[in-house]
Amino acid sequence: MRHVLSLLLENEAGALSRVSGLFSARGYNIESLTVAPTEDASLSRMTVVTNGSDEVIEQISKQLNKLIDVVKVVDVSEAPHIERELLLVKVRAVGKDREEMKRMTEIFRGRIVDVTDSSYVIELTGTQEKLDSFIGAIDSALILESVRSGICGIGRGERVLKL
Amino acid sequence: MVTSSFVCNRRLGAGMTLTGAEIVVRCLQEEKVDYVFGYPGGSVLYLYDELFKQDRVRHVLVRHEQAAVHAADGYARVTARVGVALVTSGPGATNAVTGIATAYMDSIPLVVISGQVPTAAIGMDAFQEVDTVGITRPCVKHNFLVKDVRDLATTLKKAFLIASTGRPGPVLVDIPKDVTAQRCEFVYPKDISLRSYNPVIKGHSGQIRKALQLLHGARRPLIYFGGGVVLADAAEKLTKLTRLLNLPCAGTLMGLGSYPGTDRQFLGMLGMHGSYEANMAMHYCDVLLAVGARFDDRVIGNTAHFMQEPRKIIHVDIDPSSISKRVKVDVPIVGCVGDVLDDMISMLESGGSTGPGKDALDAWWRQIEEWRGRNCMSYKNSDEVIKPQYVIEKLWEVTGGDAFVATDVGQHQMWAAQYYKFDKPRRWATSGGLGTMGFGLPAAMGIQLAHPGKPVACITGEGSIQMCIQELSTCKQYRLPIKILSLNNRYLGMVRQWQQIFHGNRYSESYMDSLPDFAKLAEAYGHVGLQITKPGDVEGALREAFARKNDLVFLDFQIDQTENVFPMIQGGKGLNDMILSAEDL
Ligand SMILES: Cc1cc2nc3c(=O)[nH]c(=O)nc-3n(C[C@H](O)[C@H](O)[C@H](O)COP(=O)(O)OP(=O)(O)OC[C@H]3O[C@@H](n4cnc5c(N)ncnc54)[C@H](O)[C@@H]3O)c2cc1C
Ligand SMILES: Cc1ncc(C[n+]2csc(CCOP(=O)(O)OP(=O)(O)O)c2C)c(N)n1
Ligand SMILES: [Mg+2]
Repeated sequence: MRHVLSLLLENEAGALSRVSGLFSARGYNIESLTVAPTEDASLSRMTVVTNGSDEVIEQISKQLNKLIDVVKVVDVSEAPHIERELLLVKVRAVGKDREEMKRMTEIFRGRIVDVTDSSYVIELTGTQEKLDSFIGAIDSALILESVRSGICGIGRGERVLKL
Repeated sequence: MVTSSFVCNRRLGAGMTLTGAEIVVRCLQEEKVDYVFGYPGGSVLYLYDELFKQDRVRHVLVRHEQAAVHAADGYARVTARVGVALVTSGPGATNAVTGIATAYMDSIPLVVISGQVPTAAIGMDAFQEVDTVGITRPCVKHNFLVKDVRDLATTLKKAFLIASTGRPGPVLVDIPKDVTAQRCEFVYPKDISLRSYNPVIKGHSGQIRKALQLLHGARRPLIYFGGGVVLADAAEKLTKLTRLLNLPCAGTLMGLGSYPGTDRQFLGMLGMHGSYEANMAMHYCDVLLAVGARFDDRVIGNTAHFMQEPRKIIHVDIDPSSISKRVKVDVPIVGCVGDVLDDMISMLESGGSTGPGKDALDAWWRQIEEWRGRNCMSYKNSDEVIKPQYVIEKLWEVTGGDAFVATDVGQHQMWAAQYYKFDKPRRWATSGGLGTMGFGLPAAMGIQLAHPGKPVACITGEGSIQMCIQELSTCKQYRLPIKILSLNNRYLGMVRQWQQIFHGNRYSESYMDSLPDFAKLAEAYGHVGLQITKPGDVEGALREAFARKNDLVFLDFQIDQTENVFPMIQGGKGLNDMILSAEDL
């Protein structure tokens, strides 16, 4: 089962490697991992997408909680939540492909954020599936380069992950 | 490097500034550290200079950094205090890693201070630079790199707090050389709290009540105790509960001594080389109360096989990640063993609950006595060749069962666990989780320093002792009258035993050739050495050794070369499938 874990951790040098080291040392999967400081500069917020049986996920969250730098862990995928990922993709855009790329971007509610005579950079946010289907929908031969941010997750409604 | 040293200005009166090195030593004094085990080098010169100028914190100069950490570890195991080691950067730190990992696996509280190259040189492949924090990260409870002298005192305070609370463990503090020279005001925080670190001490009362209900309804209950009882200093409480309910109990290698080893209700050690009655009871019990034990693979054997037998499991552990890690637990209780046992006892004493019914319990005890009747620890003694089991039995007799015992790793370790019946906790120091050969002698040094004048035995093998033999020199310097019992079988015996049983008698690289004359070697270091070859001389030699109160005596027992450790559960087999003696092979 796929799970999205959200963590608050001390914004300290080495905190990230403690988490990533834990996953590799214990053989847990990481599908994606994103981290950045929060509005409280002493804390970072991390989203880890992983998969495993209920027992494995329980162990992962216990092991994460055990790390001294980890302040809180929640499984946001346990309840209604929102997931978003950012995709930046550079595509070849010449001739008839120029119009076609623009059209596809509009359909997926993306934006073209950089333009040259021969290329576009398209920005798209959404769920993992949405980004996957956009990539699937455009001509793969035209993709010059792409980068994805990994998933950020947040619970819906009153559920809050805060100190 | 000293240019930035006046980070805080010297103020009149209250705030005198100290150097980082002075601060470290002051922190150690504040923590009432009496011994630091260490080895000097370039990056820790300021620290050694400060140690030199005072005499409250005594430094013990080992001969290898691995031994510094093991000695601090041995000290911690028998005193319930934090052991402290000090090493230099680079090779000093890498040599310490085996010791740190050993302590980590057995949850032993240590603070290890390592020197680091100056902050400006970090990342430059400087002389004797290694990423100590990176290398040790997976085998410490936590570690720190202190880049600012103003953080030094609070970091050390945190290190002692983290090492000694919750599930204990080693904490490393890496200090760049320039930080030890910089100055700032010294304030040692009285208390400190970390928002992300709050171990649960008190068990959930609803869960405890559930546990007592299960025990009340049990027909075949068993208490399974481990190192957590020792770490929590909860032996008396465990004993009280066990006796209150007349329950059978069995311990792990790490738990030995938490319940009197000579008592009828103790079934012996569990696991691979545990007793028949302990393992059978573990397998066939219907309610298992696990306290401070972690369902190690050496203890439960094949997990799937263990889980086939229906039983309810109650698990008390301070570390939630120990619970339901290998086996699914029915009643988890997160908390300190001592507090949880206290609560159980008071609920029972106040009549809130009662133990299992007498008839069922009597029948269970009859079954256990039948298993015990197999006499699984019997062995064939000999007049010609010394049997290792006999040596340990005699050691127990000669020391009145009251010695402090450290071991190395191998067959001798298992014989020590099986035949020395520990009645008290914190008398036994062995590397269980990592199984580190070389642990025994340095651990014994830490123990002897913690308990001057008390009998300390190091039970070792001719293979293991050579992994830290250089410490005989440290023992001479500090006059440590340890008694070393080497069960010399001229084999890496535990390896040879597996090769005999699982690899068709092909003794690949397990014969110990070209051994030194250990008695003479001990003498060369200035100690007393004895070689014992006849069973009739064993007791006399032991008596002589322990009578020499001021001497380290190296007893080289030439034992039966091919004796094996029994009982034994083969890898992958279940607890009820034991080999009891050579005839079963
Ligand atoms: C050659 C060899 C053979 C071995 N054979 C055997 C064998 O036959 N039988 C055997 O038992 N072992 C054997 N071992 C040792 C084995 O590898 C494990 O080290 C040992 O079984 C673990 O013991 P434990 O479960 O008591 O856990 P420990 O490692 O002692 O862990 C303690 C547990 O208690 C918890 N704890 C700590 N403090 C507290 C507290 N205050 N309150 C509550 N909980 C706390 C911890 O979180 C942890 O879960 C062998 C080792 C070697 C090297
Ligand atoms: C540092 C280290 N290396 C290797 C091993 C693997 N090992 C476990 S027991 C053993 C043999 C120990 O021989 P000895 O000290 O003579 O003890 P004996 O088994 O003969 O009593 C070995 C090599 C280990 N536990 N530790
Ligand atoms: Mg040997």
